Amino acid sequence: MTVEPLSRRQLFERAQRRKSTLIAAASTSLIVLLVVVLIPKMPRWDRVRQSFFNAERFKDSFPRLLHAFVLDIKIFAWSVPFIVVLALLVAITRNSRSPALFPLRALAIAYTDIMRGVPVLLWIYLIGFGVPGLGMDRPWNSPLLWGSVALVLTYAAYVAEVFRAGIDGVHESQRAAARSLGLSNMQSLRFVVLPQAIRKVIPPLMNDLVSLQKDVALVSLIGPVEILRQAGIDKSKFANFTPYLAAAAIFLLLTIPLTRTTDWLIERERRRTSGTRVR
Amino acid sequence: MTTPKISLRNISKRFGAVTVLDGVSLDISSGSVVSIVGPSGSGKSTLLRCINLLEHIDDGELLLDGNDVSIPGFDPNIVRRRIGMVFQSYNLFPHMSVLDNITLALRRVLGLSRVAAQDRARELLARFSLSDKELSFPDQMSGGQQQRAAIARAVAMEPEVLLLDEITSALDPELVGEVLDVVRELRTVGMTIVLATHEMAFARDSSDLVCVLDQGRIIESGTPAQIFGAPQQERTQQFLQRVINSGRL
Repeated sequence: MTVEPLSRRQLFERAQRRKSTLIAAASTSLIVLLVVVLIPKMPRWDRVRQSFFNAERFKDSFPRLLHAFVLDIKIFAWSVPFIVVLALLVAITRNSRSPALFPLRALAIAYTDIMRGVPVLLWIYLIGFGVPGLGMDRPWNSPLLWGSVALVLTYAAYVAEVFRAGIDGVHESQRAAARSLGLSNMQSLRFVVLPQAIRKVIPPLMNDLVSLQKDVALVSLIGPVEILRQAGIDKSKFANFTPYLAAAAIFLLLTIPLTRTTDWLIERERRRTSGTRVR
Repeated sequence: MTTPKISLRNISKRFGAVTVLDGVSLDISSGSVVSIVGPSGSGKSTLLRCINLLEHIDDGELLLDGNDVSIPGFDPNIVRRRIGMVFQSYNLFPHMSVLDNITLALRRVLGLSRVAAQDRARELLARFSLSDKELSFPDQMSGGQQQRAAIARAVAMEPEVLLLDEITSALDPELVGEVLDVVRELRTVGMTIVLATHEMAFARDSSDLVCVLDQGRIIESGTPAQIFGAPQQERTQQFLQRVINSGRL
C-alpha cells in the first residue's frame, strides 16, 4: 500500500492544527500554574483553607446536604411544568391578534411587567408569608406550597418573555404557509409556529431553568430546610464555611450535566435538520 | 355561460394610505391558467393573497363558484381548503421532513390517517421526482427541490385552484425549468392555476389568459397572443420593452 503524499494545502492545514493545539495547551498550563502557585502565597491562605476547604467538615456535611437537596429538586421538579405551561399561555396571549382578546393581552402585559419588576425574594416573602396568613387549613397553609407558587409566578413571567421572543422570531411566512393549507390559527400555532419557536429558545430557556434551580434555595428563607438552610445550620454548628462549599459542589453536580446534555441535544437536532455548515 | 371558478369584483386593498389594489375585476374559468404579470410592486402578490383570504379585502367581492366568500365572518379555512398556494420563498416548515410537511395538513385538515396521508404524499413525491427526498429536511435540499416539495404540499390537498406566487423568482436560472415542468404537468391534468410571474416566456407559452397589473389595476388582459403580440396600452408596451431589454423574453 502506498501512502499518498500530502498536498501543500494539507501540509499547511496540519501545521495550523498543530499550532492551535500547542497554543491552547500552553495558555491553559500557564493559567493553572498561576492559580496553584500564587493563591497559596497570599498572607492568610492558611486561615481560608481551614474555614473553607476543610476536608473533614466536607465529608461530615456532604450526606446531610445531599439529603436536604432532595427538597430543592422536588420544588424545582414540580415548579417547572407549571412555569412552562403558564409561560406558554401568557406568551400565546400576548401574541394573539383577535381584538376580542385585548383585555387578556393587557392582563398578560401587566402580569409580566409586575412579576419581573419585583425581586424574586420579595415575592417569596409576600406570597409565602401572606397567603398562609389567611388562616386556611392544612395543606393550604404550607409555606413550601406558597413559596413554590411565588417561584412559579415570577419565573413564568421571565420564561413567557423567552417564549414570546421565540414566537416573534418565527417568520410570518411560516404562518402564511400554514394558513394557506387550511390549518386553523390554533393548529398553525401548535404544529408550525411553536415547535420552531421552542427550538429557537431552548438555550435561553435553559438559562432560566439553571437560574431557577439556584433560586429554589430562596424558599428556605420562609422556613423549609433545604440545602442552603442545612448548610447554614452546619456552618453555625461547627463555625466553619466548608458546608457552603459542599453545597456549591452539589449544585454544580446537577446543573453542569444538565446544561451539557441540553447543548448536546441542541447540536444533535441542528445536525439532523440543517444543511452544510460554514466553517 | 358557466359560472367562473373564481370571480374578483372590483377588489380594493389598502395598506394604510397606500392603495395596493384599486378595483380589480377578473373572471377565472375552471381549468384555465391565468398569468398575472407586471412590474415589481404592482400588487401581484397581494392579489393572490387576497384570493386565498390571507389578506382582508377592503372593498369588492370575491366569488368562489358564484358564492361570495369575502363577506365578513365567512370561515376562511373553507376557502383555503379549496385553494392551494405556493410561495416565492417556498415556506416549507424547516423543522419537519418533506414527508411531514406534506402530510401535516392532510391529517389535521382533511382528517386522513397517517398511512393514507403518507401514501398520497409518496405518490406526489414520485410524480415530482422527489422520492429519494421524503426524509430530507428543507435546508438539506436545493431551491428547485424545495419548491417542487412545496408544490407537492399544496397539490396534495387536492385544491380546485392553485395560486403560484412568483415561485421561480428565488431560483437559480438552471433550476427554473424543473419547477416550471411541474406546473406544465399540472396544467395538462386540468388544474385551475393563477400565477404571478416574471417568467414571460412561460406566461406566453403556457397560459390561457394574461393580465397586466400596474399600480393596483389590471390595465390590460387577453390571450398571450394579444398581450405579447399586439399590446394595446402604452404602459404594457413599456413594460414588455423593459422585459425584452433585460433579456427575459
